[in-house]
Amino acid sequence: MIRKVLQIPVAEVLPSREAVMGGQGIPRSTTPDGRISRLADDALSLYGEKARPAGILMEVPRDAFGAVFQGRGSNEEESPLGPIYRASDRLALFAVTVGEAVCAEISRLFRDNDFALGSMLDSAASAGTEMAAGAVEDFYRGHLRDAGLLDSLSGTLRFSPGYCGWHISAQGALFDALRPGEIGIALNESFLMQPLKSISGVIVAGRKEIFDFEDVFSFCRDCTTHSCRDRISSLLQQ
Amino acid sequence: MGIIQELSESLQRGDAGKAAELTRKAIDGGLDTKTILDDGLIAGMSAVGERFKSHEIFLPDVLLAARAMAAGMDLLKPLLIREGIPTIGKVVIGTVQGDLHDIGKNLVAILLKGAGFDVIDLGNDVSPQRFLDTAQKENADVIGMSALLTTTMPVMKAVVDLAKERGVHGSTRIIVGGAPLSSDYAREIGADAYCYDGVSAVECVKKFLGRA
Repeated sequence: MIRKVLQIPVAEVLPSREAVMGGQGIPRSTTPDGRISRLADDALSLYGEKARPAGILMEVPRDAFGAVFQGRGSNEEESPLGPIYRASDRLALFAVTVGEAVCAEISRLFRDNDFALGSMLDSAASAGTEMAAGAVEDFYRGHLRDAGLLDSLSGTLRFSPGYCGWHISAQGALFDALRPGEIGIALNESFLMQPLKSISGVIVAGRKEIFDFEDVFSFCRDCTTHSCRDRISSLLQQ
Repeated sequence: MGIIQELSESLQRGDAGKAAELTRKAIDGGLDTKTILDDGLIAGMSAVGERFKSHEIFLPDVLLAARAMAAGMDLLKPLLIREGIPTIGKVVIGTVQGDLHDIGKNLVAILLKGAGFDVIDLGNDVSPQRFLDTAQKENADVIGMSALLTTTMPVMKAVVDLAKERGVHGSTRIIVGGAPLSSDYAREIGADAYCYDGVSAVECVKKFLGRA
């Protein structure tokens, strides 16, 4: 079973200007004035300079993941991840971060009253962290394909504690198993990752149909993104 | 155009250099400190808030204006203190214990300051005791709490409960905000209001203090 640390080139997880603006609530259809565009470019340039994206990936047997998923027993009664992981072919725990320096820079900018650039950099770092998680998932998918373990009828989808009924306290068990301290991520007593711009979770590999669930769970009502819809539909179309 | 109007407009454009220059000019010209604050800086930020609410401008524009406001306030604050001019209200703000996400809280604090409130920012990972101790010591009008995690939301209820226990809930209003929150949750825990974003937080605090 694979365990791998990935140093991800910043250029591979550099968000688009539109993604950064989107994080600031500026719709794609809007053409902001030159000053706002320059701020976004400055934020991206700072992100390129400060970010140190890294990821860690470790396959786990289904039973071992069962214990991680269970965590402290605080999950919602029903979670889409339960039946999905039980029907999966392979599972890999993962964690990614863009590093502490970019988070420190955001704080510094706010301290110096450079609120607009600080906020833009925050959006850039959030988008970059999401891309880093995507890069680790791509790596794992490629690894499985190269090893002949993922055919065209199968795919991957990632889930994170704190979402989809998987309680955030499961981060404790996830961190015990994955040990992402190796790439500089620590967990505090509230199960929050530091650096803040980090994502952890599980990448589930299996037949595409196992991922096709409706967003009708009680917690879906409180979800502000419903980003699972796009990810599932893109997976099913692959 | 008068200097106060010019100041307000420089702030609306987010021109921090010009806002500082005009504030200095207004002070040196002997203009009333409170007029510079109310009709120049606060009026400018208020116009910015309105334009943001009507989607004419976006968050970065508001934050550029807030920087200009801060540049003016740096010059004005010593005078406000020296002349004993009270702020329009005092808000103690922080991200609740166990939560380190502070970007939303920072934005709310910036906008409250821009609206002329005295803001005591306790940072993140703030315990219920610290919220209450500070609010009581500072005689705060409002406590503002932020949480991004569902796991840390119960700390908000602990703050409300502690405020009731100390007999200050009512005289000190409590507002809450953060991605996983809702008006229903605010009601459920006994908070006075849920604020969707920084602009709504400013409106809410103004309403509580009879400034709306």
